[in-house]
Amino acid sequence: MTPLVGYRRPAPGVHPPRDYGAYRATQWRHPKEPLVIIPQTLSEITGPIYGHDKVRSTDADLTSQHPGAPLGERIVVEGRVLDEDGRPVRDSLIELWQANAAGRYAHKNDTHGAPLDPNFTGAGRTMTDSEGFYRFVTIKPGAYPWPNHHNAWRPAHIHFSLFGPSFLTRLITQMYFPGDPLLPLDPIFNSVPGERAQRRLIAAFDLGLTQPGRALGFRFDFVLRGRDGTPMEP
Amino acid sequence: MAEVTPFQTVGPFFGIALPFEPGDTLTGPHVMGSRIIIEGQVRDGEGQPLPDAFIETWQANAVGRYRHPEHQGKLLPDPDFTGFGRLPTDDKGWFTLVSIRPGRVRSPSGGFQAPHILVSVLARGLLTRLVTRIYFPDEATNASDPVLQLVSPERRPTLIAQPIAADRYRFDIVLQGPGETVFFDV
Repeated sequence: MTPLVGYRRPAPGVHPPRDYGAYRATQWRHPKEPLVIIPQTLSEITGPIYGHDKVRSTDADLTSQHPGAPLGERIVVEGRVLDEDGRPVRDSLIELWQANAAGRYAHKNDTHGAPLDPNFTGAGRTMTDSEGFYRFVTIKPGAYPWPNHHNAWRPAHIHFSLFGPSFLTRLITQMYFPGDPLLPLDPIFNSVPGERAQRRLIAAFDLGLTQPGRALGFRFDFVLRGRDGTPMEP
Repeated sequence: MAEVTPFQTVGPFFGIALPFEPGDTLTGPHVMGSRIIIEGQVRDGEGQPLPDAFIETWQANAVGRYRHPEHQGKLLPDPDFTGFGRLPTDDKGWFTLVSIRPGRVRSPSGGFQAPHILVSVLARGLLTRLVTRIYFPDEATNASDPVLQLVSPERRPTLIAQPIAADRYRFDIVLQGPGETVFFDV
């Protein structure tokens, strides 16, 4: 049997803490007991693999899922999914969801008074290619108010969900836009410790990806956990 | 070396995109093994149910084979079973997983782990995912399971599903406070 190769554990200060007072909803939802450190076994090193058959080519273009075009600034979001060693994460599912241009989600629990857009659902998915590249076409989401504190507004953001090759590489995150004045005020963005790690959640405007007369381009790469060099016995 | 992308909360509105297939029913018509149902409620530190959480489950098939390229060997793969589930909680915080009892899989230290199901918990208010495991009550191998042995005896029961009927179990997930579920750093 081939020896199993595990995944590197995240360095302290990469991910947000579980208890973060400025984001009020963490108060009753964070475990108080310390996490129990366990070895990575075959169970964790494997993980769900989606097939291409689940993803349609139209799923990556959120502007073409309805008879008409959605309102808002059309954008291209493109980038790569890599591991910590810079190796591409191939043939891997990426899902996204977002508010419409007015800052409203097509979700029954979203009570924001901004209008829904009949031509925009705000959900998409795609597979990375053999070099780890992905590409979505969508519209820039609007900022929206939320009840966390007085006059709280979420900066424009897109939610992403990635699997990678293992249960251990699962990532759910949010991508933000450069120069957004709401970023320094947002507890969810600020829950990420340190400016360096926070910067990794901000997309870069890219004129090269921008399509003349059609869509602004943003580049955003994801980095998933990399392999640990030490093989373990199976 | 590139640095990993930080986690962010899944927020309250993931339902427009996730859950996605296969949802809560993992058993195809010809699945190998004995069918089980695991139901449970996700609750917070005030005892309030979470209507806006989802869990993901990952498990081996009936003979202990994961459907994954890094699990090679002679054990039979099951074309009718992916081993992956994704379940949103309902308005009262409940989920119901329809699956099969997993076989035992190897332990890194030699021998076998007791049968178990991996669980990720995601919700508004969780800035990262939480990871736990579901074990079964009527398994002698629990006593030698290398992961359960790392958990203090008084907290181990939070990882063991309770039988409520034939092939039917209950597994609550308590995020905080009395009876807090054991969560793992992997």
